Amino acid sequence: MSAHAQLLRGTATGFDVDRIREDFPILRERVHGKPLVYLDNAATSQKPQAVIDSLVDYYSHYNANVHRAVHLLSARATEACDRTRERVRAFVNAASTDEIIFVRGTTEALNLVAQTHGRQNIRSGDEVLISGLEHHSNIVPWQMLCNEKQAHLRVVPIDDNGVIPLDRFEKALNERTRLVALAHVSNALGTVNPLAKMIELAHRAGVPVVVDGAQAVPHMPVDVQALDADFYAFSGHKLFGPTGIGVLYGKKKLLEAMPPFQGGGDMIRSVTFEKTEYNVLPYKFEAGTPDVAGIVGLGAAIDYINDIGLSAISEYEHELLAYATEAISQLEAVRIVGTAPDKASVISFMIDGVHPHDVGTILDQQGIAVRTGHHCAQPVMDRFRIAATTRASLAFYNTAAEIDALVAGIRKVQEFFA
Amino acid sequence: MTSDLSDLYQETIVDHSKRPRNKGALERPTHHAEGYNPLCGDRVTIEVKIEDGHITRLGFEGAGCAISTASASLLTEALRGKTPAEAEQTFNKFHDMLTQDGLPASDLGKLAVFSGVRQYPMRVKCATLAWHTLRAALRGEGKSVSTE
Repeated sequence: MSAHAQLLRGTATGFDVDRIREDFPILRERVHGKPLVYLDNAATSQKPQAVIDSLVDYYSHYNANVHRAVHLLSARATEACDRTRERVRAFVNAASTDEIIFVRGTTEALNLVAQTHGRQNIRSGDEVLISGLEHHSNIVPWQMLCNEKQAHLRVVPIDDNGVIPLDRFEKALNERTRLVALAHVSNALGTVNPLAKMIELAHRAGVPVVVDGAQAVPHMPVDVQALDADFYAFSGHKLFGPTGIGVLYGKKKLLEAMPPFQGGGDMIRSVTFEKTEYNVLPYKFEAGTPDVAGIVGLGAAIDYINDIGLSAISEYEHELLAYATEAISQLEAVRIVGTAPDKASVISFMIDGVHPHDVGTILDQQGIAVRTGHHCAQPVMDRFRIAATTRASLAFYNTAAEIDALVAGIRKVQEFFA
Repeated sequence: MTSDLSDLYQETIVDHSKRPRNKGALERPTHHAEGYNPLCGDRVTIEVKIEDGHITRLGFEGAGCAISTASASLLTEALRGKTPAEAEQTFNKFHDMLTQDGLPASDLGKLAVFSGVRQYPMRVKCATLAWHTLRAALRGEGKSVSTE
């Protein structure tokens, strides 16, 4: 059997993609009368039946508020949240569940760090260092902070392949740098940053690092201790879990020194009108009733991913990405934007003479869902002097046959505008 | 190609997107405005010359998708010779055609080729960007409009 045929059948890596697809009910949907080819996973991922069932089970059998009452349902809901917190801890190999804060998503996690650690530590004339491939959510919170503090937002530019040159990164670190914020994987280009090395360089300059891990955790094993990340943020909905739930990991020492983010219930130990004593970690940063259903669903998603194994997922996706990259680069008048040697799951491309929005509409008519636009990363588009790209982003349930459908779709676009 | 797609990308639209008319800056325009669609990053500038109460010349600049480029191009053809009040009326009819059910595309002439866009709600803003920009230019409402 040829390598291509093996990949089509998902047997090249011993990865049974056909069986895995059965776990995702939405993959049986038809769009405009065609089978759905879902290639917009960097925007949000689809959910396995196990995650959907966990939400139904929670609302059907043990919906209650947490940490409040002595009754059985509340105890079960509280226990479910605690169990997910432990699963998340193990999933990113944090040292303690005290370091796992539940938030709405990556955006809220980054804003939390900016508004607490950032406001406490950044002063006039200081610098916050980011890279040229950040998502808006890892630009704007730092811009707001810098504006407030008369600090300077410094950007390490990317090269023509969409790579942050390490020597330029190292040079940008200086005695005024107070914080570094970096994506682990670029959402617009797919570049995987050499994060461990970059964190080492930052730490050598005495600077803590905040990582936007939204595009990394669905595709590769992440070990926050091995990386020595100070903060690491990600979203549940890109990790095959529900929307509205995300995680901020932070080193205990840093979290303990930070003021609370929001005030309310759950984050307090005692309240009088004169004085409030804050709760211990992680509750200090979790004001109000949490997204219990989201937490339950996130736990189910992590169980599901662990059953398959992130190493197997990473290996299969790597082959699929190589297959897709090869197929798309062979097309005439099509250019891939973002050609870093180390990439994960994303192919951004341009078709000569056709605007990405027209590409998106014509692909949609064939059942193929891609993202078109600036991908919430306008500075990346500016860097390549383009307004938008078409982006196909993969997950482990995608197949080589779906890549073939995408390639056929691109040919149709070209015929249509020929 | 499915018939649906041909409804959207009618021949006239594809033609005007590839060979836009009146593209380029005017000499001494009397009115102009810039439009921006933050969803896709498309930008368009519309320039108008009004003489003796009538629009005598129109030009546009900018890069966008086929729908937005063709829309700007056809706008510059359709409004020549009209008064600003007549241009506003055309704006309203065009806008209604794209956003309301069951309206005939009557007396819109060539602009009726955009009637298929109504079936693609995500693309309505592509077709209306140039028109919002034109209205801002005629009303002298500053320099920049956004579809959001």
